[in-house]
Amino acid sequence: MAEAHPVGFQWVMEAKERGAKVIHVDPRFTRTSALADLYVPIRAGTDIAFLGGIVRHILENELDFREYVVAYTNAATIVSEEFRDTEDLDGLFSGYDPTTGTYNPESWQYAGQEHDGVRFDTSTERETAGGLQHESHGHPVQGRPERDETLRHPRCVYQILKRHYARYTPEMVERTCGIPADKFEEVARAWTENSGRERTSALIYSVGWTQHTVGVQYIRTGAIIQLLLGNMGRPGGGILALRGHASIQGSTDVPTLFNLLPGYLPMPLVKHTTFTEWVESIRHPEQKGFWNNARAYSASLLKAYWGDAARPDNDFCYDYLPRMTGDHGTYRQVLDMIDGKVKGYFLLGQNPAVGSAHGKLQRLGMANLDWLVVRDLFMIESATFWKNSPEIETGEIVPEECRTEVFFLPAASHVEKEGTFTQTQRLLQWREKALDPPGDCRSELWFFYHLGRVIRQKLAGSTLSRDRAILDLAWDYPTHGRDDEPSAEAVLFEINGYEVATRRPLSAFTQLRDDGSTVGGCWIYCGVYADGVNQAARRKPGREQSWVAPEWGWSWPANRRILYNRASADPEGRPWSERKAYTRWDPDKGEWTGPDVPDFEKTKPPSYRPPADATGVEALSGIDPFIMQGDGKGWLYVPSGLIDGPMPTHYEPAESPVRNPLHGQQANPTRRTYRRPANPTNPSPPEPHSDVFPYVFSVSRLTEHHTAGGMSRTVKYLAELQPEMFVEVSPELAAERGLVHLDYAHVVTSRAAIEARVLVTDRLTPLWVEDRVIHQIWLPYHWGGEGLATGDSANDLFGITLDPNVLIQESKVGTCDIRPGRRPVGKALLDYVADYRRRAGLTGDHRTPILTTDAVEREKP
Amino acid sequence: MGVRTWIEGWPVYRQLTGTDPLGRGAAAMSPRSAALTARTETADSMARSVCPYCAVGCGQRVFVKDGRVSQIEGDPDSPISRGRLCPKGSASKNLVTSELRQTTVRYRRPYSREWEDLDLATALDMIADRVIAAREATWEDSDDEGRPLHRTLGISSLGGATLDNEENYLIKKLFTALGALQIENQARI
Repeated sequence: MAEAHPVGFQWVMEAKERGAKVIHVDPRFTRTSALADLYVPIRAGTDIAFLGGIVRHILENELDFREYVVAYTNAATIVSEEFRDTEDLDGLFSGYDPTTGTYNPESWQYAGQEHDGVRFDTSTERETAGGLQHESHGHPVQGRPERDETLRHPRCVYQILKRHYARYTPEMVERTCGIPADKFEEVARAWTENSGRERTSALIYSVGWTQHTVGVQYIRTGAIIQLLLGNMGRPGGGILALRGHASIQGSTDVPTLFNLLPGYLPMPLVKHTTFTEWVESIRHPEQKGFWNNARAYSASLLKAYWGDAARPDNDFCYDYLPRMTGDHGTYRQVLDMIDGKVKGYFLLGQNPAVGSAHGKLQRLGMANLDWLVVRDLFMIESATFWKNSPEIETGEIVPEECRTEVFFLPAASHVEKEGTFTQTQRLLQWREKALDPPGDCRSELWFFYHLGRVIRQKLAGSTLSRDRAILDLAWDYPTHGRDDEPSAEAVLFEINGYEVATRRPLSAFTQLRDDGSTVGGCWIYCGVYADGVNQAARRKPGREQSWVAPEWGWSWPANRRILYNRASADPEGRPWSERKAYTRWDPDKGEWTGPDVPDFEKTKPPSYRPPADATGVEALSGIDPFIMQGDGKGWLYVPSGLIDGPMPTHYEPAESPVRNPLHGQQANPTRRTYRRPANPTNPSPPEPHSDVFPYVFSVSRLTEHHTAGGMSRTVKYLAELQPEMFVEVSPELAAERGLVHLDYAHVVTSRAAIEARVLVTDRLTPLWVEDRVIHQIWLPYHWGGEGLATGDSANDLFGITLDPNVLIQESKVGTCDIRPGRRPVGKALLDYVADYRRRAGLTGDHRTPILTTDAVEREKP
Repeated sequence: MGVRTWIEGWPVYRQLTGTDPLGRGAAAMSPRSAALTARTETADSMARSVCPYCAVGCGQRVFVKDGRVSQIEGDPDSPISRGRLCPKGSASKNLVTSELRQTTVRYRRPYSREWEDLDLATALDMIADRVIAAREATWEDSDDEGRPLHRTLGISSLGGATLDNEENYLIKKLFTALGALQIENQARI
């Protein structure tokens, strides 16, 4: 955090000044470690084993915050008797289908809901990253499952969890993660002792957790701990995702993602042939919570898209929406580019030639397009692959043979346009424009508004049915200034939503209607323009308001700063302690109150219990703080919605030098793979030849650079501060491989070999894992061939293997070899890497085994 | 120079007698540093902005003088950053004023070895033509069972996390209306 989010880290230091204990777990000692009370080195890719050890410590010693757990989580809920755990099936849950590599999760359901008519199609969910739509809510379950609040029922979630993690002992943590048992116990003690009525602990992660084949389950394990300890929805608690771009949260909320529409409404699948079928698949009529109103959110979005043409009697132009049939994600697209299926590609401030996994495939894909449009501030590697790239060096791309037509359009910078970023706490902040952009530089707002305008002009008069959606589009934004810049405030106003008849802005998403009377471009952002005021532009100085600072910017939903903050009060609505008071029930006024916006219906009392036949919001009781979940509870166990299981279990990374110490199943059996010769996976046990790539490597950021370098290797001060690509190794590994500090070395995988200067430091330490030494090496991933500071790209080393829930690649851990000296150049480089593949057995029709246990066979009667 | 002026010109004297006992402000000034003015004071205008790098969302104040960005500083009003910026945020003036920035459209013909110049309006028109053609060539109206698809898989787009919400909104809206499904950004990686 001190490296990649330095200014945010000041608050960690502030907490430390006040007595907080700071613990840092990372494969490499960083600036964060230097300022922490305790630094814990870990083998990359083993966080579930480590966190599972904490879960076991809590449950074996009954250190959970019992009142919180019973009232606010699903610990008491009874699970189907058909459920079988990974502990029973050698690393598989019940329902695994080896032919599709996915689960039928029927047996994971709550008791009595196994066969309730919901049809599971996990194969399609994996293809379409179905898990992502749950960013703002849980997967549907029926509202009233059977519960045992004594937590003694053998099939209640609490007991299932306890059995699942029983083997995650300190000794197992040590064997798996390389963390000495006493150090692990120090973490477990500190975390549990600092949680409860009087104290809370916060958990902070970043892409070190998401870029794995089990990334979602890493975060799930964190959620289990934080729920068991009562740290969710309370001040000083929570799970904080530190995101890496100025508005990456915004571009997920108002998504430029294939499987989402604004506000986490899922893009329809081909099976959703009518508006009602689509909406019912989102709202699930029988469940509790605010998703029940999905019809209003969806109708208001379609109304924002197609204006007057969108009417109740034509299902608001639902027919105009494109339909998903499978995986249309960025990695699938790149392979389709290589296969000639994609004609044109827009790159909008992203540099996949350096920033995405398997750089070679990225560049070969771009070299096989009809046309490419790059919009950026600087000439980035993704714009110049046809004249300057590793493949030019090897002869794999020849300019005279490369057919891609390339348009480079310069972009306006953040000071040359106005608009909102949504930062990592879901806070929208409006930026004022300082000056006009130079020359041909334009904002994306300008480019897309005018591109749409020109396309609409060219298609005007078309009678083709496919052109109706573009011709009927509501696309009349006011423009101003020298360049006819569209009004960003007008767009924000549409995102907020308004009443059609009066154009009166809405102030809350509860005002959205499903009858066509309201427009709402992104329902979770409704309120950002409340009262006709740009709430995101509010700049009341922090020192002039409460510590919550509710009048600086605007956060979704409804300007709430801590989500699910009803949980900061006990079931009766009283603060758990005065020290940790936040939201509370005021019985005199008959409303929830506190320094933040209560995340609960304002006047619903803690004593409220819904009538038996209630659904939706009405069905949430006064003690259901997790109001977006189908049962109003925080989920320790996830009965549906996850592809790879209801509870996190330790799997090795897709590439690992270590046999899974816990299960016969080596790696995530549901991970998304793309089998083709150009995308090999280095062998892992129980396959032979894993010794060809004996070391573990990880990549991350430097303080002085940003992502793929397009905004930092081009900035003179930053290029001077970190001028050259390097690889960091321990003194022990340097001795083993003959690597010399500041000399060159090269790192090899089955995809690529890259070179870098050697930095020998004891910030990396060999770990003792399963009676052997594991060496880890570390590289920054910022470099490429353009800009002021150039070098080889670390992401070239990775293959493409994805998390099954969200289709994010495993690019925080892989296996490699490292050798002294520079890599070969030209065609010799291709031969060099091919020789490694041959020695690793990755030739011909080699297939990396997915299933490495015979438990499925054994399970058969 | 009189004796009195000479003594008062001595920093230690000013430190002992003046309002700056720690000697870190007025007492330590030379005539030259006393005559200096901060760029922030002489700026023509100031815009309240947000740092474009990571997602912490630090407040920035962007100062403009004679039509150029003259300084970018942390915004002390921000309850998030309290005026602080990291090395990247502090260097962001060079990000926006760098001579390496591209300010004209560049065009590479198929099979060419070099860039050419191209007029912005022409580029926009050519891109519109190519979008329409790619869409026409790859349009899918319905699947084998006759269910509507209403899409093209012939167009891809990548990027959005460095852009504004309003921009992402228009990008998704336009592409969705065009039936272009393959829209992705940094959140996927």
